[in-house]
Amino acid sequence: MTQPPLLSVKDLRVEFPTRRGILTAIDGISFDLREGEVLGVVGESGAGKSITGTAVIGLLEPPGRIAGGEIRLKGERIDNLSQPAMRKLRGKRIGMVFQDPLTSLNPLFTIGDQIIETILTHLPVSEREARDRAVALLEEVGIPAAGQRLNAYPHQFSGGMRQRVVIALALCAEPELVIADEPTTALDVSVQAQIIRLLQRVCRDHGTAVMLITHDMGVIAETADRVAVMYSGRIAEIGPVRDVIKSPSHPYTIGLMGAIPSLTGDHERLTQIPGSMPRLDSIPAGCAFNPRCSLVMDRCRSERPQLIAAGESQAACWKLLETERAAG
Amino acid sequence: MLAFTIRRLVQAILVMLVVALISFTLFRFVGDPVNQMVGVETTPEQREALRERLGLNDPMLTQFGRFIINAAQFDFGTSYQFRQPVAELIGRRLPATLELSIVSAIFALFVGIPMGVYTGLHRDSILSKLFLSISLIGISLPTFFIGILLIFLFSVTLQWLPSFGRGDVVQLGWWSTGLLTWGGIKALILPAITLGLFQMTLIMRLVRSEMLEVIRTDYIKFARARGLRQRSVNFRHALKNTLVPVITITGLQLGSIIAFAIITETVFQWPGMGLLFLQSVQNVDIPIMAAYLMLIAFLFVTINLIVDLLYFQVDPRLRAERATH
Repeated sequence: MTQPPLLSVKDLRVEFPTRRGILTAIDGISFDLREGEVLGVVGESGAGKSITGTAVIGLLEPPGRIAGGEIRLKGERIDNLSQPAMRKLRGKRIGMVFQDPLTSLNPLFTIGDQIIETILTHLPVSEREARDRAVALLEEVGIPAAGQRLNAYPHQFSGGMRQRVVIALALCAEPELVIADEPTTALDVSVQAQIIRLLQRVCRDHGTAVMLITHDMGVIAETADRVAVMYSGRIAEIGPVRDVIKSPSHPYTIGLMGAIPSLTGDHERLTQIPGSMPRLDSIPAGCAFNPRCSLVMDRCRSERPQLIAAGESQAACWKLLETERAAG
Repeated sequence: MLAFTIRRLVQAILVMLVVALISFTLFRFVGDPVNQMVGVETTPEQREALRERLGLNDPMLTQFGRFIINAAQFDFGTSYQFRQPVAELIGRRLPATLELSIVSAIFALFVGIPMGVYTGLHRDSILSKLFLSISLIGISLPTFFIGILLIFLFSVTLQWLPSFGRGDVVQLGWWSTGLLTWGGIKALILPAITLGLFQMTLIMRLVRSEMLEVIRTDYIKFARARGLRQRSVNFRHALKNTLVPVITITGLQLGSIIAFAIITETVFQWPGMGLLFLQSVQNVDIPIMAAYLMLIAFLFVTINLIVDLLYFQVDPRLRAERATH
């Protein structure tokens, strides 16, 4: 029997009960993440990328809740763990990097305090060892004079440097998985590439798998092994990065790729997808993309498509079934 | 840091000079002090002699200078009604007021902060709603009414606690304390609660609203995502970030607790400065009023200075940046 994947999400549903009814933010998504793999999760704002990440690490803000499906870490269910058990898992086995490094560090504690506290919470080491480990980590993420900077406060660092500290914090207890939620969005363009490369390098060195949430296709192309394209709380297409980028199958992914300017290519007009993503309270029946899709059929308006194999990747589109049938 | 302290000290001294000017003008313009001191049968010559002896004929500036020099040495003259040095009178009453104020401030802090943290973290629990309702009572009922209510309940009906006075007092040098005897502590409970209740509810509501803000911030989410213990997240990372406004308010409130102890002292016949001040107002005893004014201003200024210095302790962003960058 093969080893269970590091992270396995099956039919995950996340709901937000509101006064005007239940909003389904994540509607039955499934994906696997192997050890050491980098999975990119892309989509527009509101597609449910971040909520997927927070659901995996068990930090959904009430009233949000997991309403169905399961999340397994190395085969063990973690979506129904008690709060204290989940707390022990956070930081220790699943780390998280947040979007804005300017606000994700506590301004009143030195970065040394924050790293050492995290290490001591999860690992059975002495305070001295924790301190040495913190220095080593800071050096690893490229902070000069790490020993001294341990006593510095977050406001004494630049944005890029702070994000390095945040990465060190996420990795300080050697987690098996890091969820990076838009780790470069809040940074200067010039620093973005550095941070992404750093995250990639450090995770590869530690054998840490990464769930990289972003809306930047360029970052995904450069970093990820596989990519999941999300739309309206569902996965539209998932597969190896090369396949998805070179030969996208889902009309939404095709539209997304057409909207990326290229420097080398012929100067074609960039395509744009008409309309905008539906609000959570007005997701159409059938395929959520059907009002914006140029290839829409009757079936798309009534029946929700499941993921269908398309080459090495899978996409949720009825058209694929037709081409398959036509070919077969 | 040092430069800041010095700048603040200079400001404090300026404030004290202005207050001194106000309390000095009290002497000059609120009635004729000679009239207050002598009887009806005193001759105009005797009055003039007294006036000369008190230096009331000197130029204004000389008199003000003398007032300040004396005040700096805690010499505020002689009380008209008690015929005793004002400094001595106040010195005797000061411990009672300070003990009452500090105990009620401690009560307000040590009850208000945990209640605020609790109601901030568990917004929808029944206990939170109970706390909030109680705090509404604390804010809306006038102090004297709460005092009378407490006397009615604990002194008259239950007969657990005394309704007036300081109880048994122990003399430590010039300081008389009620904290060392059981009777003294029992006598302190009701007035301290009465005086501190308003501040307690204020602190509770402040901590609650700050807490609600802070637990939404990214750094608290990140602390959770790192799997830090719940207690550390709430009481180390979150609470410390709520402290700056709490320190400000507590500092200001401590000043007003001392200044407005007057009402509580009257309700409980507490032999403190407030009661002395009320008596002096009734008898137009200007030296006491002036000294009281100076003392309260001094306390406010000192407390504010301490508060400003505490900010630096709590918030590293205010400390001067040195060579790091």
